[in-house]
Amino acid sequence: MDGLKRASAAIVGVAESDLGQVADGMSVIDLMAQGTMRALDDCGLSLKDIDAVFCATAQARLSALAFAEYLGIDPPVLGSTIVGGSSFEYHVAHAMAAMAAGLCEVAVIAYGSTQRTVGRKQASQREINPYESPFKPFLPATAYALAAARHMHEFGTTREQLAAVAVAAREWALLNPAAWEKKPLTIEGVLSARMVSYPFTVRDCCLVTDGGGAVILTSAARARTLKKPPAYVLGCGQSVTHATISNMPDLTTTGALTSGRAAYQMAKLGPADVDVLALYDAFTINTVLFLEDLGFCKKGEGGSFVSDGRIAPNGALPVNTNGGGLSYCHPGMYGLFLLIEAVRQLRGECGARQVADCEVAIAHGNGGVLSSQATVILGTGATL
Amino acid sequence: MPALKTSPLASYLAYLEQDQLAYQYSPQSGRAVFYPRLVCPFTGSDSLEWRVSKGRGTVYSTTVVHPQQGQPYNVALIDCDEGFRLMSRVEGVAPEQVRIGMRVAFRVHRPGGDEPPQPVFVPVEA
Repeated sequence: MDGLKRASAAIVGVAESDLGQVADGMSVIDLMAQGTMRALDDCGLSLKDIDAVFCATAQARLSALAFAEYLGIDPPVLGSTIVGGSSFEYHVAHAMAAMAAGLCEVAVIAYGSTQRTVGRKQASQREINPYESPFKPFLPATAYALAAARHMHEFGTTREQLAAVAVAAREWALLNPAAWEKKPLTIEGVLSARMVSYPFTVRDCCLVTDGGGAVILTSAARARTLKKPPAYVLGCGQSVTHATISNMPDLTTTGALTSGRAAYQMAKLGPADVDVLALYDAFTINTVLFLEDLGFCKKGEGGSFVSDGRIAPNGALPVNTNGGGLSYCHPGMYGLFLLIEAVRQLRGECGARQVADCEVAIAHGNGGVLSSQATVILGTGATL
Repeated sequence: MPALKTSPLASYLAYLEQDQLAYQYSPQSGRAVFYPRLVCPFTGSDSLEWRVSKGRGTVYSTTVVHPQQGQPYNVALIDCDEGFRLMSRVEGVAPEQVRIGMRVAFRVHRPGGDEPPQPVFVPVEA
């Protein structure tokens, strides 16, 4: 197996749809289409160039069909792999594979959610699991809380250290005009907020917003002819360790270990080469776990690693510079926004939150309850 | 694989009705399998044996859910001594008093109505 080829494709267009609380009656496909038109405008391509469509949403069972119908296109490649919030990182690898097979040249990867306007109960259908549901876990928060409790037990991680993740995300969000949260947050503010599932208060948990967007991926050769500098896909990796939290082999080690290794190997890079990280922060423990499993600190040291502003603005390691799922936007499946922010950082488009000399970015997606992990490493032309 | 008249879930619940916590054992891997299923996730074999747990275990992780309405309650993951893990709750102690590493014993909770019995746990002396 040869696998995907480093830098054979690049992300050339990125855009959010409307975010936060969108206009009444907007559909998830409206948001996908809005994101797609903006992303096409971002790279100078048009709808007629698209020959591959990938999308995922919790609110349309046959979303790829609905999206193709809406756009009036019959693309030769259509995919709607849905593995939770990391679906879009999977789509990047699938689109790249389809390009390598000669099936397509310009892929759109799109997402939409109106969970805030329609309510979470409407937005995601509750599935009954006879081995878990009787105990009324408040999912997904309870699953991540169990992982956090175990991390605290094994390594002495504290609630204050987890809160530092939320505070850093908020400080970044205050530099991002598109972020939902506009007010400062303190450690004490996180700890004293309404308890959801111990050790998490509501401030350890992601936002519940609407939102969507799209990214456009094309071959490296075509990417170089377009409006903006390409963000080359240097590495991809995926891992599935379980679906339900009671079947996660080790609550303190995620599949990011495997997905990260695969991505680093393909990229011929390591953690020390990474300039900016976009980590799927549905809950504060996520950032801690992924920093460990992706090799930025040792297992068990994530709590102290995130303390003292290390991942906040002006810290040593810029993480979730858009404000993350905790403070910028979280419509339920956040993975697409990781790619959008990583590309913008590589292009130098991030204004007040721009990371200096940004050449390599990680977008790490997470889906389910720490279940599906997918790492995408992106780089500028300097990394070729 | 032959046609089945009883699903893995129905077999499991039938044991619970008899106050027994059942799990499966995979002879090829020498490991316990839970939740009950048709294929061993360790070997790919379809030969799985039903066994009944002695009902002792250790809390692997625990949380207290705080619903917006109603009282806080415990949700825990229990590692049974036979080597399988399940979601449950620890009763007979305040939800925030449940600790990782606590030794617990199985008992059946019968919610009544149409709801099937549930495996829950209570603390025991270590």
